[in-house]
Amino acid sequence: MILRTLVTRLFAYLDGPLLGLLLLLLLLSSAVVYSASGENPAKMTTHFINMSVALGAMLLVSHIPPQRLMQFTLPAYALGLILLLGVALFGVVVNGSRRWLDLGLTRIQPSELMRLAAPMMLAWYLHYKQETMRRRDFLIAGLLLVLPLGLIAKQPDLGTALMIAASGFYVLFLGGLSWKVLFGAAATAGAALPLAWNYLLHDYQRNRVLTLIDPSSDPLGAGYHIIQSTIAVGSGGVAGKGWMAGTQTHLDFLPECSTDFIFAVYSEEFGLIGNLFLLLLYAAIIWRGLMLASGAPSLFGRLFAGAIVLTFATYAFVNMGMVSGILPVVGVPLPLVSYGGTSMLTVLVGFGIVMNLVSHKKLVKT
Amino acid sequence: MSRLHLINPEVEFLRYRRRLEIAGGGAAVLFLILLARFVWLQIMQFDHYHALAENNRISLVPAPPSRGVIYDRQGLILAQNFSAYTLEVTPDKVGNLDETIAQLGQVVSIEASDRKRFKRLLEESKNFESIPVRNRLTEAEVARFTVNRYRFPGVEVKARLFRQYPLGEAFSHVVGYIGRIGQHDLDRLEANEQLANYRGTDHIGKLGIEATYEPWLHGRTGIEKVETDSGGRAVRLLSRTAPQSGHDLYLQLDAKLQQVAEKAFGDYRGALVALDPRNGGVLALVSRPGFDPNMFVDGIDSGSWHELNDARERPLINRALRAVYPPGSTIKPFMALAGLETGVRRAGDTIADPGYFTLPGSSHRYRDWKKGGHGMVDMKRAIVVSCDTYFYGLAQQMGIARMSGFLSQFGFGKKSGIDLDGELAGLMPTPDWKRKRYKQPWWPGETVIAGIGQGYVLATPMQLAVATMAIANDGVVYKPQLIRAWRDPGTGLVSYAASRVVGHIAIKAEALRLVKDAMVEVTQPGGTASVAGSHAAYLFAGKTGTAQVVGIRQGEKYDASRIGAQNRDHALFIGFAPADDPKIVLAVMVENGGHGGSTAAPVARKVIDYWLLGKLPTVPVPRPPETAAPEEVEDAAPADETVAPVLEEVAQ
Repeated sequence: MILRTLVTRLFAYLDGPLLGLLLLLLLLSSAVVYSASGENPAKMTTHFINMSVALGAMLLVSHIPPQRLMQFTLPAYALGLILLLGVALFGVVVNGSRRWLDLGLTRIQPSELMRLAAPMMLAWYLHYKQETMRRRDFLIAGLLLVLPLGLIAKQPDLGTALMIAASGFYVLFLGGLSWKVLFGAAATAGAALPLAWNYLLHDYQRNRVLTLIDPSSDPLGAGYHIIQSTIAVGSGGVAGKGWMAGTQTHLDFLPECSTDFIFAVYSEEFGLIGNLFLLLLYAAIIWRGLMLASGAPSLFGRLFAGAIVLTFATYAFVNMGMVSGILPVVGVPLPLVSYGGTSMLTVLVGFGIVMNLVSHKKLVKT
Repeated sequence: MSRLHLINPEVEFLRYRRRLEIAGGGAAVLFLILLARFVWLQIMQFDHYHALAENNRISLVPAPPSRGVIYDRQGLILAQNFSAYTLEVTPDKVGNLDETIAQLGQVVSIEASDRKRFKRLLEESKNFESIPVRNRLTEAEVARFTVNRYRFPGVEVKARLFRQYPLGEAFSHVVGYIGRIGQHDLDRLEANEQLANYRGTDHIGKLGIEATYEPWLHGRTGIEKVETDSGGRAVRLLSRTAPQSGHDLYLQLDAKLQQVAEKAFGDYRGALVALDPRNGGVLALVSRPGFDPNMFVDGIDSGSWHELNDARERPLINRALRAVYPPGSTIKPFMALAGLETGVRRAGDTIADPGYFTLPGSSHRYRDWKKGGHGMVDMKRAIVVSCDTYFYGLAQQMGIARMSGFLSQFGFGKKSGIDLDGELAGLMPTPDWKRKRYKQPWWPGETVIAGIGQGYVLATPMQLAVATMAIANDGVVYKPQLIRAWRDPGTGLVSYAASRVVGHIAIKAEALRLVKDAMVEVTQPGGTASVAGSHAAYLFAGKTGTAQVVGIRQGEKYDASRIGAQNRDHALFIGFAPADDPKIVLAVMVENGGHGGSTAAPVARKVIDYWLLGKLPTVPVPRPPETAAPEEVEDAAPADETVAPVLEEVAQ
């Protein structure tokens, strides 16, 4: 009896349908990682530990009252900014980018914190200004977004910067940014594109876009992954080659296929049917997530939860688009499927927040 | 006012819902685009991709180029390649690494140092890269492994090109070495978009010429299109873009001269730089002690590395470029030129040297090295006998600003720009510098000691050689350069590096004549290097110097016999010959050598004797190269007559 109440208490704030869908996705992930890693038991152990830690964190986060979460917002955002400044000044350069901060004991990548802290800050600010919501407020919110973005883009980590920009944009969009401003911004961005191409992008970034257009121009370098992953997807056919039977990946044509390129493995082995299933699974998670978001009692909750879910959708689209050769190569993992603890933790903590923002309403009212 | 803008929560919520629906709709559209792409790839284009993946499992195998060979000016090989078998393990494909290596040890011999090196490489590499466990397998070992191969999945024998430095230690600092590509190198390659060109290559230049001219030496990686069977083994070569070997480099360096210089140092530590004053070519660049560069090629084991790195003698430091010393009395010829050119002193002005110098209003005595002084001294004699008192007074009259301004024209305080990495700039102090560095004003006494090359003034042996070249060349300064020529492996064409004039110091002919004459007298009876200069068959110009290691208190006397060997003064010597038509300029520094005249000048003498007269002290002669250097290099026109591509882009 006591045990049952305890368990009920523990899971009180989780949303059953969403949790079920997420677990299904993680199950699928384990199967694909097992195949992609070449049945490597050590990697599977790490994968299970990563999943457990991330699920535990989700459970933990679901217990934080939304009011408390709002109190955390400003400090979290400020801390994120300070750490990013720290990176810019004293960061460790790894792979040509200054992304890491060495704390002696461990290294941290503050841009990961900003993935959640930036949209949270924007949602908090719009919530705080909800009585007026003038254009000036959106401008300030925009500045709050641009500040960390600039620091991250300078590292350079364009992939993360774009993803955070997207999540911040979703908050502004859901918050009711006027269409006039939206279209104006889109037009300006379109006009500025050639300028950005010439002056803002690094050579390797330009290269990645050019490689997308003609992968054979650099068959040993940047084009290699696109060529091989497209072959993997295409040769999967309708039914796929079968679990653990993908030739492209198992014959080492695609190195490091358990992380950013895991979709190539999945697609080759499970074919179009598998892809359709994965798309539907993602769609269901997004659908349920958006439903929950619209039920959040506060504006803060609605905006933040909405942005989290839409960002999740963006990750999935960008990764699958990259692997199937319609988007340039950016380092974005396939959410909840790719091997790797950090991304899994960020995504599941995000969903933990979504569930908590929504479910606490019942308990507050009663 | 804002009250009027108060927003109705109901309306607000409806708008949120609408926006959410739009966003959800957008996501749906994007997912449909993905679906369309999948349908296109997996249904419409299925045959195409299926064929690619199934029938022709084409894999692109990089064909690494062979690295350029490095020769000295006579065509002796300084760095070459040879092919050997290695035993390599891909950690990803091996179940239990330790066990596998233990079992491998029963088939081929694996030493403790091999294991240590493997462990270090393992930490630095990614798991899917193959890492060598053993290098240079014998034929018998290759045969033994091949028989047992079935027992070791993920272990392979590979034929690889290795780098070898036949002359070893003597060239460790100049030629440098290559080593396994590390994370740092990868970052740089990625930034330069060279990563693809290094696929299949494990080594990269880490130090010396091997590092500076890496882009030339490396070459271009070729691509082999190979058809593989279902097991991933290559069955048929489909097409091949041949790799392009790297450029062969010919250095200005003369290997035999370098070895003569090495030998001349005996057991002393130190550095020597010999330049050709007519074009800036580096004829010899010695830093002792050195190390065996061959140790680094296969990945040095950590024990040997720590031994080298922690050694008291610091063999890893290139003293010729990276050790800074007070130039001591070798600065005096330049001070004399400064005095004449600024008009502070005339050549005939004499002083009476009581053996010390005092600043007006101070009782502090700046001592001359000779107790009791040199008596009546004019400028020429001041250089010949190295009179400190004369130059104390000259410096004080000139002032630090003018001194520093004039001397920096000779390259003091500036990098020489030699085509090697890591050069230090030394220091030519100014009051501004001191204010910034120490937040203190410049004291007059500091000018006085700067006049004899002590105090804050610091220079590398390379800088001393460049400054001496300026005197030998009547003010013309060339950039010191190691590269002489390079050969394009494709066309066989040899191009010559252009020599570059980097400075043209305006000095009056009489001033130069006086200083040069004085420097010739230095090596003659009565001069400070008379022993080293005795019976030279050419006009030998030079100047001795001593750099203090420990300070000597006021009223105390420096006594070499009472000071430990580690604290004995560094001996310095700069010189050129023949003085009337200079063909070689050099700077010698002998660490803890005591007096410049007794230890540094004799080294210079031996080197010049060899260069001008061909007098060869007994040195081990390296075996001749298998292939002679191409004709073009041998009867080369003087380097400065041919124009070559700018070297800057390589020298970075």
